[in-house]
Amino acid sequence: MIEVQELVKRYRKAGRNAVDGISFSVGPGEFFALLGPNGAGKTTTISILTTTLAPTDGRATIDGRDIVSEASEVRQRVGIIFQKPSLDQNLTAEENVRFHAILFGLYPYRPAYRLMPAAYRRQVEELALLLGLERQIFDPIRTYSSGMRRKLEIVRGLLHRPRVLFLDEPTAGLDAPTRRTLWEHLRTVRRESGTTIFLTTHYLEEAEQADRICIIDHGRVVAEGTPARLKADLSRESLVVDAADRAGLRDELARRGLKTEGDGPFTVAVAGAAAHATLKAIATPLTVVRTLSPTLEDAYLEIVSRAEGTAAEPTAAGSTDGEPGPARQARR
Amino acid sequence: MIELSAILVIAHRDFVKLLRDRVRLFADLTLPVGLVLLLGPALQAGFGSPGGIDVTTFVFTGVLAQTVWQSAALGVISLVADREEDFSQEIFVSPVSRYSIVIGKILGEALVALPQAAAILLVGLLIGVRIDPLVMLTLLPVLLALAVFGGAFGLLVLSRMQSQRSANQVFTFLMLPQFFLAGVFAPIHDLPPALAAVAAIAPMRYAVELTRNVFYGLQPDQVAPVIWPAGVNLAITGGMFLAFLGLGTALFVRTERNR
Repeated sequence: MIEVQELVKRYRKAGRNAVDGISFSVGPGEFFALLGPNGAGKTTTISILTTTLAPTDGRATIDGRDIVSEASEVRQRVGIIFQKPSLDQNLTAEENVRFHAILFGLYPYRPAYRLMPAAYRRQVEELALLLGLERQIFDPIRTYSSGMRRKLEIVRGLLHRPRVLFLDEPTAGLDAPTRRTLWEHLRTVRRESGTTIFLTTHYLEEAEQADRICIIDHGRVVAEGTPARLKADLSRESLVVDAADRAGLRDELARRGLKTEGDGPFTVAVAGAAAHATLKAIATPLTVVRTLSPTLEDAYLEIVSRAEGTAAEPTAAGSTDGEPGPARQARR
Repeated sequence: MIELSAILVIAHRDFVKLLRDRVRLFADLTLPVGLVLLLGPALQAGFGSPGGIDVTTFVFTGVLAQTVWQSAALGVISLVADREEDFSQEIFVSPVSRYSIVIGKILGEALVALPQAAAILLVGLLIGVRIDPLVMLTLLPVLLALAVFGGAFGLLVLSRMQSQRSANQVFTFLMLPQFFLAGVFAPIHDLPPALAAVAAIAPMRYAVELTRNVFYGLQPDQVAPVIWPAGVNLAITGGMFLAFLGLGTALFVRTERNR
């Protein structure tokens, strides 16, 4: 659905590339999350893919259409939820929806709601019902809560049945309950329409629900894979043990050839069945037994800090994490 | 057809926004009305009627054209700010042609200028400027066209601007001299050659002159100031309009995407 090859963007008068040769691909119906620290190039990437910004080099297609030479066809096929609210405050919810529908060529222009085609009015009624806004749909956006606005933006973004929905940090600044209802709404949308979803976010628990995650930093892809893969690859599960007889435990662990971290409790890098076997074999009476399962956040922080390290030494960058993108892509 | 709908809906939005913004509506109407009310009679009292020209009428026609033209030009500048705000991000990611966006915006701001024209015409009647019904009817479409011309000028000015702030600064710099060189308050046909040359390329001048072409042309019994023939003014305006629109849109679209 989305193919990105060696995409580069250098802003005018900028010293370095904001996006520095990234490649990835997203399959139809997939939920893809682009993750990265502030300034990693996430919004730049979205802007390029949605054709509002010209790339400096490289190419990308959406649903087979080139984002540069077939920009209008691409725009017809994508929906976008912007980082900043994009509803017109001076207009009513229905007017915001109507303007979107007309701009995307779904209905002809008519100067008032009553004059719009019946099909449009029916669609608005359904949509108001879906959002629980039967009465407020003709009220100015100013009177809406921020969560309601976001939902309306999502509904509006899907009005023209886009193949891909881009969500640029859609929940930034929303409180936890609002975030949750928003995601429930998005899951429903996805289940019903099968729309491909391209998300950027700071919230790792949101990315965790994605089918695949791509982590970028300094405009480069530093890791890519399913959330489970990323966690497994990048932070191993481990066992934390301690004993009254710390010295004895340390000696025993060393004798069994297990590397330990810390001066007690000791962290031993073993997982799953190996952890069980290790525990069974330890003779020293234990006072503490804990397993550590890495969260996606652990993995993410590790990946990013590793990338920061390699970015400082450009010679090492290519050989480590610099190019998993193209390699994975070739396999697809 | 889709493009036409898009142009209309973009224009519609600008007009609706004006109607709902009471403060702006009030401010938009007050300044030009004040100019007509105060400046015309004040100048008349100071200078009498040079060459038999009624100064109040002269200033009235000048302010009418200047207001409409400048309002549309300034309004289009908001396209720069729009890019970063609310609904306009939506406009820019829609499949609509960039040309339609620009034309819709210009048309919208031209429509926004019309209530101001109506207010000035009304005040003109109240202070005793003679406006025949035929003149009134002819002026409305002409003023709308002149506002579109102003919008095209605004587009060219903003096309290379990155921010609303710089656009506004450049705008003041471009507008103030035109106030005097366009002949809004004082005749410009006896200017020294250097100034006359600058006046000849001031686009606002042609908006003012065309308005006077209609006003004095259709009411030949009123003593007219020296103005170029309507045909000449129309040809120059048309040429300038096409140049502003073509160049402005091309530059704007390029600046937009190649940040």
